[in-house]
Amino acid sequence: MSTVTPDQLGHGHDDHAHGHPTGIMRWVTTTNHKDIGTMYLWFSFTMFLVGGCMALTIRAELFEPGLQIVNPEFFNSMTTLHGLIMVFGAIMPAAVGFANWMIPMLIGAPDMAFARMNNWSFWLLPPAAILLVTSLFVPGGGPSAGWTMYPPLTIQNGMGMDLTIFAIHIMGASSIMGSINIITTILNLRAPGMTLMKMPLFCWAWLITAYLLIAVMPVLAGAVTMLLTDRHFGTSFFNAAGGGDPVLFQHVFWFFGHPEVYIIILPAFGIISEILPAFSRKPLFGYASMVYALAGIAILSFIVWAHHMFTTGLPTAGLLFFMYATMLIAVPTGVKVFNWLATMWRGSITFETPMLFCLGFLFLFTLGGFTGLVLSIMPVDIQLQDTYYVVAHFHYVMVAGSLFAFFAGVYYWIPKWTGTMYDERLGKIHFWSSLISFNVTFFPMHFLGLAGMPRRIPDYAQQFADWNMVASIGAFWFGLSQLIFLYAVLKCIFHKGEKAPAKPWDGATTLEWTVPSPAPYHTFETPPVIK
Amino acid sequence: MAATPTPATGARAANRALLKKLVVVAAVMFGFGFALIPFYDQICRATGLRNIDQADEVANTQVDTSRTIRVELDSNLQPGLRWTFAPEQPFVTVHPGEVKQILYRVTNTTDRPVTGQAIASYSPQNAALYFKKLECFCFTRQTIGPHETREMPVVFVLDPKLPHDMPTVSLSYTFFEVEGTSAG
Repeated sequence: MSTVTPDQLGHGHDDHAHGHPTGIMRWVTTTNHKDIGTMYLWFSFTMFLVGGCMALTIRAELFEPGLQIVNPEFFNSMTTLHGLIMVFGAIMPAAVGFANWMIPMLIGAPDMAFARMNNWSFWLLPPAAILLVTSLFVPGGGPSAGWTMYPPLTIQNGMGMDLTIFAIHIMGASSIMGSINIITTILNLRAPGMTLMKMPLFCWAWLITAYLLIAVMPVLAGAVTMLLTDRHFGTSFFNAAGGGDPVLFQHVFWFFGHPEVYIIILPAFGIISEILPAFSRKPLFGYASMVYALAGIAILSFIVWAHHMFTTGLPTAGLLFFMYATMLIAVPTGVKVFNWLATMWRGSITFETPMLFCLGFLFLFTLGGFTGLVLSIMPVDIQLQDTYYVVAHFHYVMVAGSLFAFFAGVYYWIPKWTGTMYDERLGKIHFWSSLISFNVTFFPMHFLGLAGMPRRIPDYAQQFADWNMVASIGAFWFGLSQLIFLYAVLKCIFHKGEKAPAKPWDGATTLEWTVPSPAPYHTFETPPVIK
Repeated sequence: MAATPTPATGARAANRALLKKLVVVAAVMFGFGFALIPFYDQICRATGLRNIDQADEVANTQVDTSRTIRVELDSNLQPGLRWTFAPEQPFVTVHPGEVKQILYRVTNTTDRPVTGQAIASYSPQNAALYFKKLECFCFTRQTIGPHETREMPVVFVLDPKLPHDMPTVSLSYTFFEVEGTSAG
């Protein structure tokens, strides 16, 4: 695919290291896409553990009916912050981390287009995370109205809500800067000969995601700004007393919120589309249709927001429109799933850890997609709104969907990042342990939801006790399984393992495998030529 | 360093140009979020979804004397609003189709004029469809002077189409202070 030799790439590497700050200042001042990608991924993993501890607090409280461990206000803060931290602190930064590490290498660019802005967009995140977590310790407690921040509750919450609003502003700014960087890199810095339709699908997925982010993150920023002015500056956007309307917030929020769920899943689609062909030893089936499906999903995501609001009293015509529009999304998503299946069809498949996570993704994400279809049916949704069925649905698409794809991506690329192969046995244990415990945790939630158990409630009726106990056991198991992942990654970082060749996967075809492992600090300073 | 093949000047200019465009898109979308507010307001007006501050139109209807409906009256204040607010009597009985006037009494117990807005709600929820208000203090903001007491009428008709499983309906008002207006 490329004419570059490792010799050319390593050239000049040492020269650049001279005069660079070392120690902590290297990380604070770095403009290198690989360093920044690494920081994004570590930040994301840290927040994943923080949000995970919150999830385990929730599951510990729900282990038995009755109130045992935390008071209801704190429980509400846990559900709220768990959601916010996992969405904005764990999943989204992980996706940006992959983008930083891989996009320049996948398209043969030397770095991101705006290297200093890249540093900024990362370093905005830790302060935002600190604001979110400290909100728990201020008078009035953390935000407790759910990650969706619906008024009027969010107008009544204490100053923890203000910290949350500022955190969202900062994370929004970070996402927008990151997106601008990614779009510019992809559109302007591709190696000669790499046309848009020759680009690896991960880049396509991120290009579309970045456009979605630029379109909707400012809308979220606007929505939380309105919350802030309603709280402190006497405006009445959502305040019924002044002629506002709390339901209006839901419309504005979900105008952001629905594209947001695709922002979370599209990069995962991209990673899967890189890994499945590599381990099937076949090119991706239906490349062009994959690109169009991504674009179709992105466009449709703007016209379905009110399916989150089926019980708010919309007129019937509106309900029907949003129901049918939502069902339509199953078409491009189906195209993707069938293309992945066709990619594997008659391939010479091997089942290394990245491939296992891909298959886990394919199976469980599709299951989550199906429950999404069930929820899109408006009369059914009216029954299931705010039950554990919804909780099960979105954890299937976000945990078994995005998170599993990110695990697949880490195992796939970590030989390139660290120069050391991961421990295949640990990876497989991590996979099977995660897969089983994930299902032990979340599959029973379907039953609980169908039986009518409401979400975001610290106590529940006796009849829900058994499945809650099962789910809690699964949750602790799932949480502990992630320590295996941490151990496997640390082993690679400290080079405890086989040395990785430049291209450890014989089915891989993309440019990053043409450079040595670990990837030199600077790659593709002379652009490769794509034939 | 000088020899570093960073993007050529041309590429850098192209990056800057794209950056500007994307920043404009982000800024426009920020404005778009706020533009949604008047947009939804217009939709609600056009479709009549939220005309809570207008008198309902009532066609000349027959009074249905075969039924007597008990209308329970309720009043609430936003926490922190130092007013007293109560209906003249806790309930009234009406026939569907009959025009009825009731009175609410409000007192501002503070030393400053305060502007409030009352929001009506109904129980059962569906009763809202049949509760026609011809005149109501909730149609406008009410500015009450310091220690002033005011009697405020509501004139309403229950639509004779009121379902038969609603022998009792409740009308509840909550007064909210309209912030930022009390000084004027």
